[in-house]
Amino acid sequence: MEKLLKKKNNIQLDQFRELGLLLFIIIISIMVQIRNPSFLTGENINDLLKNTAILSILSVGMMLVLVTRGIDLSIAANMAFSGMLASIIVRDFPQIHPVLIMLIGISAGTLSGFINGLLISKGKILPIIATLGMMYVLRGSTFLISKGQWVSAYQFTDGFKKMATGTNWGINNLILIAVAVYALAYYFINHTRTGRRIYATGSNPDSAKISGINTDRMVILVYSIMGMLSGLTGVLWMARFASAQSDSAMGYEMNVIAACVLGGVSMSGGSGKVGGILLGSLLFGILNNTLPLINVSPFWQNAIQGAVILLAVIANVLAKRGMTKRNLNRRDR
Amino acid sequence: MKKIITMTMVLLVLATGFLSASGQQPAADEGKKKFAIVFKNTGNPYGEKEMAGYKIAIEEMGYEVILKAPAQPTVDGQIAIIEELIAQRVDAIAMVANDVDALNMALAKAMKQGIKVLSLDSAVSAAGRLVHINQADPELIGRVQIQAIKEMINGEGQIAVLSATSQATNQNAWIEWMIEELKEPEYSKMELVKVAYGDDLRDKSVSEMEALLKNYPNLKGVIAPTTVGIAAAGLVIEEKGLKGQVHLTGLGLPSEMASYIESGICEWMYLWNPIDVGYLAGYAAMALVDGSITGAVGETFEAGRLGKKEIIADGNGTQIMLGAPFKFEASNIAEWKTVY
Repeated sequence: MEKLLKKKNNIQLDQFRELGLLLFIIIISIMVQIRNPSFLTGENINDLLKNTAILSILSVGMMLVLVTRGIDLSIAANMAFSGMLASIIVRDFPQIHPVLIMLIGISAGTLSGFINGLLISKGKILPIIATLGMMYVLRGSTFLISKGQWVSAYQFTDGFKKMATGTNWGINNLILIAVAVYALAYYFINHTRTGRRIYATGSNPDSAKISGINTDRMVILVYSIMGMLSGLTGVLWMARFASAQSDSAMGYEMNVIAACVLGGVSMSGGSGKVGGILLGSLLFGILNNTLPLINVSPFWQNAIQGAVILLAVIANVLAKRGMTKRNLNRRDR
Repeated sequence: MKKIITMTMVLLVLATGFLSASGQQPAADEGKKKFAIVFKNTGNPYGEKEMAGYKIAIEEMGYEVILKAPAQPTVDGQIAIIEELIAQRVDAIAMVANDVDALNMALAKAMKQGIKVLSLDSAVSAAGRLVHINQADPELIGRVQIQAIKEMINGEGQIAVLSATSQATNQNAWIEWMIEELKEPEYSKMELVKVAYGDDLRDKSVSEMEALLKNYPNLKGVIAPTTVGIAAAGLVIEEKGLKGQVHLTGLGLPSEMASYIESGICEWMYLWNPIDVGYLAGYAAMALVDGSITGAVGETFEAGRLGKKEIIADGNGTQIMLGAPFKFEASNIAEWKTVY
């Protein structure tokens, strides 16, 4: 009986962070709803999800990268590059089918991610350095392929814009794409051998190698997935905002990393859950959506956002410390 | 393997050298008076228009023009070009500066050699120039946007401003003049409900615009004095089908706004005309060289088709204002959307 109770406690502790995050989201929502009743309306929830879709898609890739003890700073630059490439094709060859153009953007993004993976696994360059370099390379390349010019709303075709702004079954395409990415990611991470190997690589690279996992291949794989998702979201970004400039999405990688941290992904690798980053992205999206709604001064907006992230990280550290302590106690007995 | 790496390095270095050299042009002939303009970087469509305006002005008077820009928007690149222009003994240099202070040494050297130095669009500090050409008269820009929105909403209702960052100097100066204009009795039925800041980020500008519409369901008009902001506002109005209910004006690049002006979501908006900025700089440069002005407050000169212009004070230095911004509307947007 006692054993059973202890087991139950452990399960609760494991889920605590997601539960805590959920509670946090509910409390914030109630507080905002009291101050501004237009928060929980169909229209606002639709806006909120639409504006969070791109962030949440990228969080999936970033989580996998963080799980392998890496980080990718080049994703926003990759979005700008892939998106700009797609936009230029739309501008110059409007007759090409939008889905084909999207595939070209995704391929470009995947290639950049693949190069990141090679540099990190085979070149033994620290992830933060390799992707920082890649970030500058991609921003520069974006400027070069666009010749410094923007692609503007009138140069996009309706079909291209519809990929992000259109609806199916009454739901915006961006939201549908995010749902599909999450479903795939959930299956991939929890139910495939490769998915589990990625986690093994991150939680203990040496023992993963000894047990026969090709860790280099895992690293290349996660950066390629990250690149693929950056390419996808890059194209969607341009379609959504109907404008492509070489500094598009500047600094967006930080939002994605923040969303992952909020969602309980550990920066030291090995742990992170799909449910966690979904809630993390949602919380980040809610902050972005509600701070303008409740009329906070622009100077406070960033400060509040930062404070929430710090709170989440502190909670993460405390929860983890508690868990290790409990595990150690159990071993002593 | 090592050989390959070395080869690649050598090629890269060569390529860099080639790229930075591509921004330069062969030295001009001796004799005729030479007027140079240095823009921020090459391949910038806005800069090309500005240089074109300068060229038109100089060639109207039959002088020789030299158009220069570094490959990348750096101070070093501009300093190298200034040194080169000093060696070429040009008569005037018009700078669109990449930095307010960092060019002063090089420009002081030029002025010591008798070269007349002025800045346009993006200024150098007062010590490094004789006069500055200001593309935007903050007062006119602020007031004209309020006048425009008044006309669009028939002088009655709530309006909001969607700006860039809360610290942006230009935008804040314009917004101050907007508030000033709103104090006039003719605007008694109009109310500025909020100044929102989209930080010139697409996603944030869209969120802020959506929040404006939700917080102020009776909002009649939005003024967005920044390109990213006005395009984001146009996008949201289009997406939510609020054309005709929420009116939009402000400042934006014609190319970015073309589709919203053509669809009538934004009936008209403003921006200075870069050709005119360059043109005015050209005439100011020629007036400096022939001695009809020295860059002191109160002096006037004829600026070709722009008419008579006066030099006014600007902090420690002096400047010339281009005047009211140019109006972009359905009838002229087609010709401008490909320009910049």
